[in-house]
Amino acid sequence: MPINYYIFLALALFCIGVAGVLTRRNAIIIFMCIELMLNAVNLLLVAFSKMHYAAAVANAPGTIVGTDAQLFVFFIMVVAAAEVSVGLAIIVMMYRNTHSIDINFLNRLKH
Amino acid sequence: MSNILNYIWLVPLFPLIGFLINGLGRNFLSKTLVSFIACGALLASFVVSVYFFISVKEGNHELVKLFDFISVGKLSIPFEFQIDALSSLFLLIITGVGFLIHLYSTAYMHEESNAHYARYFAYLNLFVFSMLLLVLGGNYVIMFIGWEGVGLCSYLLIGYWFKNTDYNNAAKKAFIMNRIGDLGFLLAVFWIIQQFGSVSFGEVFANAESKSTAVLTGITLLLFIGATGKSAQIPLYTWLPDAMAGPTPVSALIHAATMVTAGIYMIARSNILYTLAPTTQSVVAVIGLATAIFAATIAIKQNDIKKVLAYSTVSQLGYMFLGLGVGAYTGAVFHVMTHAFFKALLFLGAGSVIHAMHHEQDIRNMGGLRKKLPITHLTFLLGCIAIAGIPPFSGFFSKDEILAAAYEASPVYWIVGVAGAMMTAFYMFRLYATTFLGNFRGTKEQEHHLHESPWAMTVPLIVLAILAVIGGFVGIPKVFAENAHSLEHFLSPIFTQSEELVKKDHALSHSTEYMLMGVSVALALIAILYAVNRYSKKPELQDAEGFGKVLANKWYVDEIYDAIISKPLKAISIFFNNVIEKSGIDGFVNGIGEGVQYASRQLRLLQSGQVGSYILLMVLGMIILMVVQFFIK
Amino acid sequence: MNVTEILFWILSALAIASALMVVLSKNPVHSVLWLIMVFFAISGHYILLNAQFLFIVNLIVYAGAIMVLFLFVIMLMNLNTDTEPQKNKWLKVAGVVAGGCLMLVFVAALKSSGTQQVQMGEGNIGLIENLGKALFNEYVLPFEISSVLFLSAMVGAVVIGKKGD
Repeated sequence: MPINYYIFLALALFCIGVAGVLTRRNAIIIFMCIELMLNAVNLLLVAFSKMHYAAAVANAPGTIVGTDAQLFVFFIMVVAAAEVSVGLAIIVMMYRNTHSIDINFLNRLKH
Repeated sequence: MSNILNYIWLVPLFPLIGFLINGLGRNFLSKTLVSFIACGALLASFVVSVYFFISVKEGNHELVKLFDFISVGKLSIPFEFQIDALSSLFLLIITGVGFLIHLYSTAYMHEESNAHYARYFAYLNLFVFSMLLLVLGGNYVIMFIGWEGVGLCSYLLIGYWFKNTDYNNAAKKAFIMNRIGDLGFLLAVFWIIQQFGSVSFGEVFANAESKSTAVLTGITLLLFIGATGKSAQIPLYTWLPDAMAGPTPVSALIHAATMVTAGIYMIARSNILYTLAPTTQSVVAVIGLATAIFAATIAIKQNDIKKVLAYSTVSQLGYMFLGLGVGAYTGAVFHVMTHAFFKALLFLGAGSVIHAMHHEQDIRNMGGLRKKLPITHLTFLLGCIAIAGIPPFSGFFSKDEILAAAYEASPVYWIVGVAGAMMTAFYMFRLYATTFLGNFRGTKEQEHHLHESPWAMTVPLIVLAILAVIGGFVGIPKVFAENAHSLEHFLSPIFTQSEELVKKDHALSHSTEYMLMGVSVALALIAILYAVNRYSKKPELQDAEGFGKVLANKWYVDEIYDAIISKPLKAISIFFNNVIEKSGIDGFVNGIGEGVQYASRQLRLLQSGQVGSYILLMVLGMIILMVVQFFIK
Repeated sequence: MNVTEILFWILSALAIASALMVVLSKNPVHSVLWLIMVFFAISGHYILLNAQFLFIVNLIVYAGAIMVLFLFVIMLMNLNTDTEPQKNKWLKVAGVVAGGCLMLVFVAALKSSGTQQVQMGEGNIGLIENLGKALFNEYVLPFEISSVLFLSAMVGAVVIGKKGD
């Protein structure tokens, strides 16, 4: 498959995530949209990894070019898991204090 | 540091120390101690100066660099002293005459309270320090520091009796007039830096010949503007007569003997620049001559003893500029020296009279003081003869040298100059006759208190009188004796460069020179005899009328300046204050403030505190960045 | 069109459609379920790219652990109804327009990107053996540090979630 198919697929997913962040006001859904954006990036990284591998393996059969990109995805998942645990804890905390998870109540920045 | 001249910084150091001690300790030092410190500082300077003078006379000269003063990029201005024939001669005049005047002041100022007495001597020492800096400075910037310093001290001393508004106004007038001139000087210094990349005299003069005449004319004209301010020439001379508000010894020291000759010193120092700019030389000569004759006419009708001397000073300074303008640099410096002697003498004599008369300055209320003040009378008479130019008194030699050079340049200069000299003789003897001859016209009380001044005042008078009589013998002209002009010989290293440029193709023949001398001396004698005859018997007591009134009112120059400069300035200021300031600038400034406030009120709405809108703006920012990155390169 | 390509298009369509549904669903629980759908579609892409390790990790970590956590929180707070009052319609429109603009700009910027081929269905760099070797040789330090990250995240979650102060 040509690489630009993957690029456009990832872009579409990413921009849907952005639009979701901008339009929705439910904190949990915004959070999920962020996960969606992360996954779009992950997919693109893997696609690039395979693209470079395909180019390199033609010249050197035993090459392992591209493993680092996939490890990168692995680390993104690690960080995302940590982020989700903290983020959800924050949302729970927020719900406990305001009895709502509407981010428009989070306008304390103004004061 | 093998050369003894490297210790030249000692000369200005003594007055500086004197200034610091007297200035800081003015509240607890006794008068005796103050006078001792002030006079001691000057005496020490004088002794050291004499020592250096002798060293210079043996052909020694030195440029002493003390430290780096300003260093910017390629331009480096060191703090340096130049000690050579010209500056060592001025050192002698300043410290010598300065010491005598300090000594005189101890008696003259004795009525002041302790603190004011110390303040007076502190100013006087500071003045001497600045003046020494001026003449010792090895470049234009150091000279300028001294130049400003003497201006400041002049201001402080004119306004010494600061409780009198008129005196304060006179001080301010002197300061402002000087500032106008200083601006010219400063511009000249900037121009010199731009053209020569240095302000040191040596480098500037060495490269002067490679510059175009137009540039040199501009620089020298600006320098001359500085000189007109400091040395009281047309059109900036009006401050000097008003400066007589200060104590009389101050008038003698600052406004007769030293500070006002700073302009002459500066031009004599820069002689090569002036020689290369003939246009400026003509300007200098014409202005000098005009000032000489103009001030002389005013002096004829003045009734204040110090005012007469002040206008006489302006007139004599005009002669010095005439000398500089016709290239007789030695003559000008010579006249500075002799003038320092006899004019200091005359001022101190006038001070002695004023002291005796209890601060009476109007000569119409004097008369017949000859018997009561014998020493003052005799020395004053000698001073008058000297300034009138009667041989063999000192004024004759120096004035004759300038007039002879003027005749070489143009006979018209000579005719006007001699007319001025005749007037000088006339008004000086009018002053002398009205003051010392005839009958006493003051009150009984004043007559009762008339007394000869104490020794501290008469000794300087006597010393200066001797100098005024014999001072001319250092410059005996060639017609009397070959190689007798020792001053010219002494100063020749300073003016060689200029003299090489202007080769004199024909010197005046001896017979012409005798004739010129004869005419000027004869005219002066006639003027003297007429003045003494006319004013000893029937002094002019009522106010002058007709043309005399114009002269008595100084040609209404102050009024003219007031009308053409002060009044329009005031009107413009009022206009600016009412119209431009109120509606223009205030409107502009307040408008900016209001605009910013309005914009802030609008922009504040962007900060809604809504996380959603922040994210939206962030995305918009990202979009803009992407557009810029990818499409606008 | 071979099988791989057909699968690619099906999975892509599924991913985009599910992503749209994530954003459009009113009910948060539905959103979560659609997001799981997206993750499955992306995992399918990993299979197509022969990235077996990431496929399994994606399923376990994302679709399994993380999404369960989401569901758990939603259920815990009883949010499974449409609780989102629509106040500002313009902000919503602006959000969509901004997202669309971002997409447009990206597409315009990247439309001339290369047509290099991506290797599908073969190649062994995505295998656990190779990734494991790289992870425990070159990347052992970041791997260990990530464990510290987890520990601190765990402590943070506990501290934040603790009742009272």
